[in-house]
Amino acid sequence: MKNIILNINGRSIQTVEGRTVLKAARENGIYIPTLCYHPRTKQAGKCRICVVEVEGLPGLRISCSLEAKENMVVLTNTERVLETRKMIVELYLSSGKHNCISCEANGRCELQEVTYRLGIEKSTFPVLTKDYPPDTSSPMIIRDLNKCIQCYRCIAGCNNIAVNEVLDMGFRGSNMTVVCDTNKPMGKSSCVICGECVQLCPTGALTEKKAFGKGRPWEIKKIKTTCPYCGVGCQVHLHVKDNEIVKVTGVEEVAPNYGSLCIKGRFGYDFVHSPERLKMPLLRKNGKFVEVSWDEALDFTASRLLEIKKARGPESIVGIGCARTTNENNYVMMKFMRAAVGTNNVDHCART
Amino acid sequence: MSNSIREIENSPVLFVIGSNTTEAHPVIANSMKRAVKKGSILIVADPRKIPLTRWATKHYQHKVGSDIALLNSVMHEIIKNGWHNKEFISSYTEGFDELQKVVSAYPPERASEICGVSEDGIRELAMLLGTAERVALYYTLGITEHVTGTDNVKTCANLQMLLGNIGKEYTGVNPLRGQNNVQGACDMGVLPDVFTGYQKVADETVREKFATAWGINSLPETAGTKIPAMFDGMLHGDIKALYLVGENVVMSEPHQAHTIRALEKLELLIVQDIFFNETAQYAHVVLPAACFAETEGTVTNTERRVQRVRKAVEPPGQAKEDWWIISELARRMGYLMDYTSTEQIWEEVRKLTPNISGITFERIEREGLQWPCPDINHAGTCYLYCDNIFPCGKARFQPAQWKPPAEVPDREYPFVLTTGRRLWHYHTGTQIRKSAGFDDVFPEELIEVNKEDAGSLGIKNGDYIRVVSRRGMLRVKAWVTDHVSPGLCFMTFHFHEACANALTNNAFDPFAGTAEYKACAVRLEKEG
Ligand code: SF4
Ligand code: SF4
Ligand code: SF4
Repeated sequence: MKNIILNINGRSIQTVEGRTVLKAARENGIYIPTLCYHPRTKQAGKCRICVVEVEGLPGLRISCSLEAKENMVVLTNTERVLETRKMIVELYLSSGKHNCISCEANGRCELQEVTYRLGIEKSTFPVLTKDYPPDTSSPMIIRDLNKCIQCYRCIAGCNNIAVNEVLDMGFRGSNMTVVCDTNKPMGKSSCVICGECVQLCPTGALTEKKAFGKGRPWEIKKIKTTCPYCGVGCQVHLHVKDNEIVKVTGVEEVAPNYGSLCIKGRFGYDFVHSPERLKMPLLRKNGKFVEVSWDEALDFTASRLLEIKKARGPESIVGIGCARTTNENNYVMMKFMRAAVGTNNVDHCART
Repeated sequence: MSNSIREIENSPVLFVIGSNTTEAHPVIANSMKRAVKKGSILIVADPRKIPLTRWATKHYQHKVGSDIALLNSVMHEIIKNGWHNKEFISSYTEGFDELQKVVSAYPPERASEICGVSEDGIRELAMLLGTAERVALYYTLGITEHVTGTDNVKTCANLQMLLGNIGKEYTGVNPLRGQNNVQGACDMGVLPDVFTGYQKVADETVREKFATAWGINSLPETAGTKIPAMFDGMLHGDIKALYLVGENVVMSEPHQAHTIRALEKLELLIVQDIFFNETAQYAHVVLPAACFAETEGTVTNTERRVQRVRKAVEPPGQAKEDWWIISELARRMGYLMDYTSTEQIWEEVRKLTPNISGITFERIEREGLQWPCPDINHAGTCYLYCDNIFPCGKARFQPAQWKPPAEVPDREYPFVLTTGRRLWHYHTGTQIRKSAGFDDVFPEELIEVNKEDAGSLGIKNGDYIRVVSRRGMLRVKAWVTDHVSPGLCFMTFHFHEACANALTNNAFDPFAGTAEYKACAVRLEKEG
């Protein structure tokens, strides 16, 4: 790969041959908005908001598909560029119901972000009243097509990344809209609720049902960890507010899942806060379980183990570890059985 | 997995056997489906019409428990047509003659009768695999959960060695691990015969190394008991105490009635878990543990990638991290384990385990690393056996004869019951069923019954029926479908209300100790 130098907004930028102007700019912290382009779904050529001016080339250019060339001179914030972006955003704003105040996407919405950056207060175009009833048929996802800007990201995600082949663009002209299968409610369609589309959606058209009203992005701490279910080991962000996990998203930049998750990893998190969680040690006394202190529970357990070891030998004690908990917990468990109890009777359910 | 997840998408030929990938490993299935979209050939061998078959180029619907017959016959045809990789075989393997001898007894004419795939089907499969430049093989519990599980795995390896599909990108023998840290629990030596990194208990120098590191005089040298023998030992009274960390054995072990009888005999059952699960009711003491979101540490995924787990929230009430509980018990038994953090524990593991000694918390802060990773400058290993260097010198063919499952249908129990998982649920349901929304998607257990069978028994879709095996019975709703072929039924163990393990057979693979969850004989009875 050959390195090349180009100039963006008067700054000299180094990148490698074959990269787009958008990528080169973003790598260097230069802001160019995109609404349809996403690093994972690639260019769609729909929104045109990423336009820039290039010296020596006529008109405006779409930076998400423009290849960076040696000595190219690019401007990302000329009046012409900004006017064009404004017009695009205003058209989007007028073509749907965008009430940010109550929208679940407030604070993470990319349409809201460009609107703010361009200093648009409200659209100068008449607002077309779309009036789709919200689709709440899916147990996990709310679809509000009034906020859809037809960027195609969800369609690309569902068909090309998760390859579940549920979503498509349906109808024509001003009725054009995203449909599930043959225009079924999402909950009645072949959707497998992986949430790929939700994670990719730039607006509030697709949101997580269980996260609704649970907190704004600026109140939330994101903690990167590993999905607790299957052996793929998807990397997830737990969104935490006030000691509660309110949402889960996939980590986009790293192996093994690059942002994708399945229904379990994305939506199976609230067991953590189930009221049925064990909160105190329990000891069986006269056939009934009673809550006891850690000291009592541990003293009881340790002394019973010692008694049994003394009476029957360490081989009469067995331990079963857990394929669900961490390496460190498992290591300590096997060390306990071998060093503290003195037996190799330790196994786990690798077989189930 | 010998190879990596990121290779899947670019593998020219994918051979998936005994893996319901879209439901059990959905994100890996995404890669397989993307490969198909790019033009790869996807071949599925599975007794059921699993969802992945929608994307498959070919689906071979062999009978439950006939994997060895099918694959031996495929190898027979590959050798007959000279498609085997002679150069690889002569340079890097041994035992080819033996293999040839064994598979010669499986001409398609015979194998077809055993496995139910037509003779031409077997020949076609042999051609697809034999003439491909590279094939990556994936399997899951459909291969391992049989009394011949070890032989099944060896047979998969034989096939890939025969074709030279080892030690290169886009090839390999790739088991997909079912739980987030099965790989890690094995790596950590939670097994009766090995310490961390598969260092053998029987090896004196290894024992001495661990004894020194752990500050004790000696460590026991005879291999311990595997899970199946543990339950038998409890029944016979040799085993008096069981310490269960995060396992719901009542739901997850085969032959539930047997499991419960064994637990009831214990003098001490310690259950350490996040919920009061079905097993806890037999306990003498229940210890509340922190869950994944309440703990720091690492887990290892199916491609050997060690990844971080981070604490996001505080545990409820007085629940504690497992390592704290275990260390406290040890201390009270007179053995000091004074850890203050999981990183400290990992550092100890890493020093004792050559395979992973290059992996530190700092190095995996952003992205996990795949072992083997022997030193701090090592980039990790995407695929094993690079340059055909095998741990034991040459790779050895280990041919196996087909044997039927331990229990086959007869007049009294005429159906084969096989078990597995559904996309919407997970294992014994302790987590998913306590998360909102999932019971809306898939509210209760269904037994899949073929249309023809349902018709002849007068069972309609949605009827409740009784399912009876030699070990137990249950009541469950019927799902009349062509996902299963005539004579076959399918259930899961996600629902305690109707848990397949009330029926399954506690027959085990003699080497691995894996139970035959995938095959038992049942009778279906209409209610009323
Ligand atoms: S949730 Fe997944 S399957 Fe469903 S529409 Fe979205 S991307 Fe497609
Ligand atoms: S639903 Fe969202 S992702 Fe899909 S087209 Fe509309 S705005 Fe784009
Ligand atoms: S998100 Fe789904 S595929 Fe990924 S690790 Fe979790 S359970 Fe497995």
